[in-house]
Amino acid sequence: MGVPRSVTPGRFRRAARTLWARRSAGFGLVVVVAIIAVAVLAPWVAPRDPLQQRLLQRLKPPGTTGHPLGTDNFGRDLFSRLVYGSRISILVGVVSVAIAAGLGSVMGLLGGYFGGLLDQVLMRVVDILMAFPLILLAIAIVAFLGGGLFNLMLAVGISSVPPFARVVRGEVLVQRGRDYVEAARALGAGQGRVMRRHILPNSLGPIVVLSTLRISTAILTESSLSFLGMGVAPPTPTWGNMAAEGTKFLQTAPWISIVPGAAIMLMVLAFNLFGDGLRDALDPRLKGEVGLPSRRGV
Amino acid sequence: MVYLAQRLLATIPTVLGVVTLAFLLIHIAPGDPAELLLGDYTGVTPEVLADLRARLGLDRPLPVQYITYVASVLRGDLGKSFRTNQPVMSEIVTQAPFTVVLAAAGVLLAILVGVPSGIITAVRRNSAVDYATTTVAMLWLSGPSFWFGILLIYFLSYKLGWFPVFGAGTWGDVRSLLSHLVLPAVAIGVRSAALIARMTRSSMLEVLHQDYVRTARAKGLGYYAVVYRHALRNAAIPVITIIGLDIAYLLGGAVVIETVFARPGLGKLVVDAIYARDYPTVQGAIMVFAFGILVVNLLVDLSYALVDPRIRYS
Repeated sequence: MGVPRSVTPGRFRRAARTLWARRSAGFGLVVVVAIIAVAVLAPWVAPRDPLQQRLLQRLKPPGTTGHPLGTDNFGRDLFSRLVYGSRISILVGVVSVAIAAGLGSVMGLLGGYFGGLLDQVLMRVVDILMAFPLILLAIAIVAFLGGGLFNLMLAVGISSVPPFARVVRGEVLVQRGRDYVEAARALGAGQGRVMRRHILPNSLGPIVVLSTLRISTAILTESSLSFLGMGVAPPTPTWGNMAAEGTKFLQTAPWISIVPGAAIMLMVLAFNLFGDGLRDALDPRLKGEVGLPSRRGV
Repeated sequence: MVYLAQRLLATIPTVLGVVTLAFLLIHIAPGDPAELLLGDYTGVTPEVLADLRARLGLDRPLPVQYITYVASVLRGDLGKSFRTNQPVMSEIVTQAPFTVVLAAAGVLLAILVGVPSGIITAVRRNSAVDYATTTVAMLWLSGPSFWFGILLIYFLSYKLGWFPVFGAGTWGDVRSLLSHLVLPAVAIGVRSAALIARMTRSSMLEVLHQDYVRTARAKGLGYYAVVYRHALRNAAIPVITIIGLDIAYLLGGAVVIETVFARPGLGKLVVDAIYARDYPTVQGAIMVFAFGILVVNLLVDLSYALVDPRIRYS
């Protein structure tokens, strides 16, 4: 054997691998859709009021009749709290990424298109943002702006701007040199029109892929902020603040912390798998550039 | 040397930007810092407030405040903590070693786990080992770090009693320091280990295709000699890049992990300072985090030349 066997996979192996990759992306999509459905339909899905305290029922383990996932220290039904908590995670994940994609794309578009000093300044700003750990930047913004849902989304959004700005800028640099841009300019289209109607639509692929992958990061950041008590305040349930409350009862009632953590992992996993699949399908060039190195290897 | 000088010069605007951002943070805060500082004290008269504003320099115009701030930061003066009235710098100096040790241990664990699993999964591509490892890596990438911390505390500390739960141990007692370090280091390194494993795998797969690997095998070199001597060295650059990029994330993880394990450090300092509205400490600690990351990025850039002699900075 001249080369390792695994380098030249047979037809069967290749087919198995493709199927595996598609299946995991499909699994991701199904879970994402399911969680969004649960979040939207929370009042109908949740068996109980997530805020209702029943002290006689406190610290019941999962499997107790009427409480499939048990209860917390106030006797609140964990399953119902989990159902309602999904709303915050999805909302912050999606809105903050929309903010980041909007801001980042504008920065990348302007910098990439006009180049020169503007580009220099914008990319320095990106460098500066990137010098901070994402979560620390978000914490700092929340700390100084104050808490609340809106500031939380803004903080997570701003801290996710750099990858968007960089990827869009790179894409614009490529598109700017294409013939169709020249043609549009020759036909008399203004700078703004060329950017909006020609370059931006042609750069959408990477933006969509990056957005899907960054939602998982945003959800992780939101849950960490909530866990630290800097997200949406109790008693509104979020998966992060549920896990934080549970740490006080970790020895006697570990499920209070462990269950919401597992929910976060499931949701993030789903977005990661779906995003990976989307990237491999839409834009294989992005492999090394954004998010995680590809699972597919070569 | 020339490269180093250029690289350092290029960092200056970023450093200034970091300082500026830290300065601006306190001014985006709604309300007057002096009022925030006095908080709920009763009997705050306008005179007291004015006096405090003067002492903090808040009564001067913003540009003057900015220049004063930058100048003092450059002298290593980060102001005084609202809480303890001690210089922020001295507090950071006491806390920083805990975080540096935690981050270093986390990165080390991540490399020790990630690189070998990346090699194995690349060499045994599409095997059961590959699928199992890849799946585990995906799970590790998806879980929140505080959750890994909670699981470790519950199972290894509470259930099995193998490790202490809280704190960083006592100074000078190596055994105690190490036993307090294991769980937080694992919790903080889990994500990086998965990331490194994935990067090593895809980078190795790419390299194993190359002609020089085929040539080395054709010369009659043993399979493992080729993998380790030829392929691994050439696959190293992307792996180092991802380690460098991930250190920023890992340091951010210290904020969460130090809180979960009630372990002293810069992350815990930031969180405590935020709760206490101790803005100078928040500003200072955040800045130190950013400087740390800039230094790491510089070291990563320089290390490329060590790994790959074809890269010369001249």
